[in-house]
Amino acid sequence: MIELAGLHKSFGPKAVLRGVDLSVPKGTSTVIIGGSGTGKSVLLKCILGLVEPDAGTITVDGRPARQGDRDAFLARFGMLFQGGALFDSMPVWQNVAFRLLRGTLKMPRAAAREVALDKLRRVGLGPEVADLYPAELSGGMQKRVSLARAIAAEPQIIFFDEPTTGLDPIMSGVINRLIREIVTEMGATALTITHDMSSVRAIADRVAMLHAGKIRWEGPVSDMDAATDPYLTQFISGSADGPIETLR
Amino acid sequence: MSVVTASFGTLGRQVLGTLAAIGRVTGFALRVLVHMLRPPYYPRELVGQLLAIGWFSLPVVGLTALFTGGALALQIYAGGARFNAEAVVPSIVAIGMARELGPVLGGLMVAGRVAAAIAAELGTMKVTEQIDALTTLSTNPMKFLAAPRVLAATLTVPLLVAVGDAIGIMGGWLVSTSRLGFNSAVYLQNTADFLQVWDVGSGLVKGAVFGFLVALMGCYHGMNSGRGAQGVGRATTNAVVSASVLILASNYLLTEAFFSA
Ligand SMILES: Nc1ncnc2c1ncn2[C@@H]1O[C@H](COP(=O)(O)OP(=O)(O)OP(=O)(O)O)[C@@H](O)[C@H]1O
Ligand SMILES: [Mg+2]
Repeated sequence: MIELAGLHKSFGPKAVLRGVDLSVPKGTSTVIIGGSGTGKSVLLKCILGLVEPDAGTITVDGRPARQGDRDAFLARFGMLFQGGALFDSMPVWQNVAFRLLRGTLKMPRAAAREVALDKLRRVGLGPEVADLYPAELSGGMQKRVSLARAIAAEPQIIFFDEPTTGLDPIMSGVINRLIREIVTEMGATALTITHDMSSVRAIADRVAMLHAGKIRWEGPVSDMDAATDPYLTQFISGSADGPIETLR
Repeated sequence: MSVVTASFGTLGRQVLGTLAAIGRVTGFALRVLVHMLRPPYYPRELVGQLLAIGWFSLPVVGLTALFTGGALALQIYAGGARFNAEAVVPSIVAIGMARELGPVLGGLMVAGRVAAAIAAELGTMKVTEQIDALTTLSTNPMKFLAAPRVLAATLTVPLLVAVGDAIGIMGGWLVSTSRLGFNSAVYLQNTADFLQVWDVGSGLVKGAVFGFLVALMGCYHGMNSGRGAQGVGRATTNAVVSASVLILASNYLLTEAFFSA
């Protein structure tokens, strides 16, 4: 269970998060939606401690995220970065198996490679990409390698920042199903950012909408279509007319 | 009045800014040292950096030393001729290379090559969130990226300096025997008789300090790179410039400490 209360973050004069309250129940899949630049990625980075929030509290299973052993804290998380963030000095399989090649989870190289190949297969990539370097892959392939890296060590809590952008519809479907499986079969807690409403419906147990630095709407995915919040309905329908300002 | 206070204000701010920067760099250096000593270690990374920093700098350092030794011989011969003291060429080439030119020019060449490469690589990693990704994969970037680079440079630059010393002395010998009419055996005998262990040793110590500074500047500026391609470019420039200035400044201080009577 991840609990955020009163989270604030500004970059210089620009207030990005202005009091975010959100709880992510254990073993469920929560999706965060919201306009571009509203601070969704910053929110995930705050939880992981990559960005220091200005105010507010973050607790994971009742324990403050900033206290205690940071390595043990991070060992429970997997993160898919929006830009992939693959290590371009290493071949694909070493990227995927990064955690399995060093540190507490270290295993023999051959075994780590097997795990990497298995994870690559789950994101729809064959063994022929294993020895390529990230720069030799297309954008969508890099994203999927990055996703394989995020799930390779089977973390308890996984953050996916736009897992399906840049993928074709069929591959998006594969990834949506994979995220769903990770939650239902492995019992992981997933927090996903996406702009893709079909992804939202495929992945989410709960949906939270971030707008103007706060959670504008939050609830089970089944309530989403019946919701009357004008911001949410505009976002779902993708209409240019509504309370969310669009510059034209 | 207001002009005076304003200029004092600017001066004060610059002094404070410089002090703050020195503090940040010192803190960074201490953290790198702590991570270097404390496990986990990443031997694979270290070996990679030993090759990248040491081995692949050999051609650059070797060529620099060769030409410098040759030019040094010509200059000392021309200068020595004014006092009928042409015979000092072997000893001055040897002492000049071992104490000063070997470490300083070697250090500066490594600064151009290695500080730039480290800053550009780590800066790009910062900008593309690879450093954040390392953190989320339970790997400390200071330990995984900075410590092996700084350690590798501190270990290999003295070796580069030693090789540079030898090649530089050889450059002087080559020019002296082929252009200035020195006898080869006498030249080498003179060099060997004159050169003391500490002449070479002090140069190697300098090399270790310069190597440390070069990699430290590369890592510091790379890991604190600004955003985008422009940020990486600025980090690279700053790394090379600050490493070069620090090499020259620390060279003076070390020379003062080693050789002032
Ligand atoms: N390190 C940073 N320094 C300064 N500003 C930042 C930084 N990181 C993010 N921002 C700003 O914070 C705002 C939110 O960024 P964020 O990346 O969280 O948006 P987002 O909701 O993920 O958008 P998108 O859907 O386009 O990915 C942006 O306006 C961005 O300019
Ligand atoms: Mg984002």
